[in-house]
Amino acid sequence: MTEALLTGADAKPEVPLKRRLKRAERARQVKALALVLPLLVFLLFTFAGPIAGMLWRAVDDREVRQVLPQTVAALADWDGKDLPNETAYAALASDILAARAAGTIAIAAKRLNYAQNGFRTILTSTARNLKAAPEPGTARETLGKINSAWRERTTWTTIKDAGGPITGFYLLAALDLMRNADGAIVTAPPDQAIYRDVFARTFVISLSVTILCLMLGFPVAYLLATLPPERSNLLMIFVLLPFWTSLLVRTCAWIVLLQSKGVVNDGLHWLGVIDEPLRLIYNRFGVCVAMTHVLLPFMILPLYSSMKAISPAYMRAAASLGAPPATAFLRIYLPQTLPGIGAGSLLVFILALGYYITPALVGGAADQMISYFIALYTTETANWGLASALGAVLLLATILLAAVYGKLVQGQPVTGGMKN
Amino acid sequence: MEAGMVTPAPALVRFSGIQKTYDGEHLVVKNLDLDIRKGEFITLLGPSGSGKTTTLMMLAGFEVPTQGEIYLAGRPIKNVPPHKRDIGMVFQNYALFPHLTIAENIAFPLSVRKMNKAEAQQRVSAALRMIKMETLAQRRPGQLSGGQQQRVALARALVFNPQIVLMDEPLGALDKRLREQMQLEIKQLHETMGITVVYVTHDQSEALTMSDRIAVFNDGVVQQIDRPDALYEHPVNSFVAHFIGENNVLAGTVESIEKDYCRVTLAGGGAVTARAVNVSGAGVSTSLSVRPERISIVPDGSSSEGPNRLPARVQNTIYLGDHALAVLDVAGNAEFMVKLPPGAHDNLSHGEKLFVTFRPEDCLALDPV
Repeated sequence: MTEALLTGADAKPEVPLKRRLKRAERARQVKALALVLPLLVFLLFTFAGPIAGMLWRAVDDREVRQVLPQTVAALADWDGKDLPNETAYAALASDILAARAAGTIAIAAKRLNYAQNGFRTILTSTARNLKAAPEPGTARETLGKINSAWRERTTWTTIKDAGGPITGFYLLAALDLMRNADGAIVTAPPDQAIYRDVFARTFVISLSVTILCLMLGFPVAYLLATLPPERSNLLMIFVLLPFWTSLLVRTCAWIVLLQSKGVVNDGLHWLGVIDEPLRLIYNRFGVCVAMTHVLLPFMILPLYSSMKAISPAYMRAAASLGAPPATAFLRIYLPQTLPGIGAGSLLVFILALGYYITPALVGGAADQMISYFIALYTTETANWGLASALGAVLLLATILLAAVYGKLVQGQPVTGGMKN
Repeated sequence: MEAGMVTPAPALVRFSGIQKTYDGEHLVVKNLDLDIRKGEFITLLGPSGSGKTTTLMMLAGFEVPTQGEIYLAGRPIKNVPPHKRDIGMVFQNYALFPHLTIAENIAFPLSVRKMNKAEAQQRVSAALRMIKMETLAQRRPGQLSGGQQQRVALARALVFNPQIVLMDEPLGALDKRLREQMQLEIKQLHETMGITVVYVTHDQSEALTMSDRIAVFNDGVVQQIDRPDALYEHPVNSFVAHFIGENNVLAGTVESIEKDYCRVTLAGGGAVTARAVNVSGAGVSTSLSVRPERISIVPDGSSSEGPNRLPARVQNTIYLGDHALAVLDVAGNAEFMVKLPPGAHDNLSHGEKLFVTFRPEDCLALDPV
């Protein structure tokens, strides 16, 4: 009876309610999708695509395989314990002759040189001196005569390791690790191990800049949130002013201010505070100052928005309940700004991790951050594999940080306005 | 005006010659003298901008008087910061700390006073029991309804046994039914705990329900301070008469004054006898105030001849459940209300002519509106 009443009004009782709801909502969903589609396509081509490409390049290793296909195939079954057999030597000789004819020796030489310094010379000298394909059975002897390196096991393991098609070589190198001749992962020799230091430096600079931004930004954000609107609007313009100026201009302005004959040094000299100009730029100090200046708005704005949501009634309530101003600030105000502090710090920190231009212009050699090396490998030495691997490690670290932040924020009460 | 008069109980709070201006041009509070007795429930009632909230904020310590002094238990407190005044406060929007649980909110005033944990715990439990919310102690304010938040705010303001509790329109955000329930609860708390309450509202029925005394504010001046019934029955001027309860106004000119009563000629025709409350002498204009429930309707052609008998024409009747209102046109006032017992409005039809009568003592001659 009740069922009949419930379904009786339906024109087509056989269509379930859920399906009908879906059908009704479909038009709206299509419209919403159409609105975001252009941006989605744009992001796919300019963001998701390149990132996927970068991640792929970090493990892609096909140069040697393309240039020396027979050698790589012949080494596939080699156990690496002793020198390879005659077949491998013959394959190498044949590959080198073919590559010389095609002019592709340099491609393989460059890749193999990453793994073993001096490999470029071995390969090019062999290619230069190998007149013709050696008689069957004499390939090992011939090659060994041209370059004694072919009589060493490590030369061959290098080729086998670089045989691809994918490799952990670049990722390991980005973490100052490598595989030794036995295939075990070991720490790179000290003269090649630089990236851990660079990553550590990148994190230390980013953290210093984040802390500086927080210390400088918090009082400003507080003032912005508490001043009457007409005055806070003016102050807000000053805060946002840097946003409307080019990053390059702002960084160069710091050079003018901080250089040894700059405004700051001249001023201090004139005041008699110093006799010798202080070294304020092309060092860590200059990098931190310039980066803090550039990133300060990214700290102030989230702080401001979280503080704006805190009603002044909370501080009054705390005072009426007997809390002195400092206690009220620490126990009532500060905890409610934590989401803003977290968001601002994360934003500044992550932006700082990727900084390139500012450290490059106002930093010394020991202040270059990871982006500098990524740029170096992409534009100068064209070692895209290593550049991509460094980028991938940086991306992973950033994602991890964001995830940790997300976990920390999760379950915390949302601040924000009282019920009105 | 009764401000400053000798009070039977000792004054816990004394406002003495208080003035307050924010912009240096307009006085928000003009020369306030007000005594608050220990243990009383006093309401500061007035329209917005009348200075009542400013007065409360000066007592709490969030605003500083431009001139004058405030005494708390005989001690001047103008320069005492709010956290040292020992005054509890309930805010308009509760101002519960959103990042703390209910129990932590209530414990806050105890922990800033460095009370030992066990005693604080005991007091918090007692406070939670008082507001019947023991089970919600670990919730956060955002998870509570408006009425529950209000109770917590109340418990938090009472838990440290302050000398006075201030309430700034605490029930403004609640719906009508809950508001009425909370009025009774607050009143009951006041009676059982014997605390001094200073309550600010613009809602006159709320003030009448809860207060021992009401101070009616307008334009920065206390118009009258008195018990609720006295304010209703004996308003000292037109503002109080209009602000408290329903009221009919008739404009006129005083013909003659004889002792407490005067004869007034109405602007709309006719003359009545009224109690002379706030008229200076013969010839001045006045506005008469008559409460709707003090007026009787007599049919046309009635022979009774009282001193106050005015012709009227029925405009409309309004049915309100427990009573009805007749809207009449009397002596030029087209919205003259008369309260009728239920059912009586059936007999009245639009345009019908009749007479209204009221006793001279129920008609007050006040300052012109």
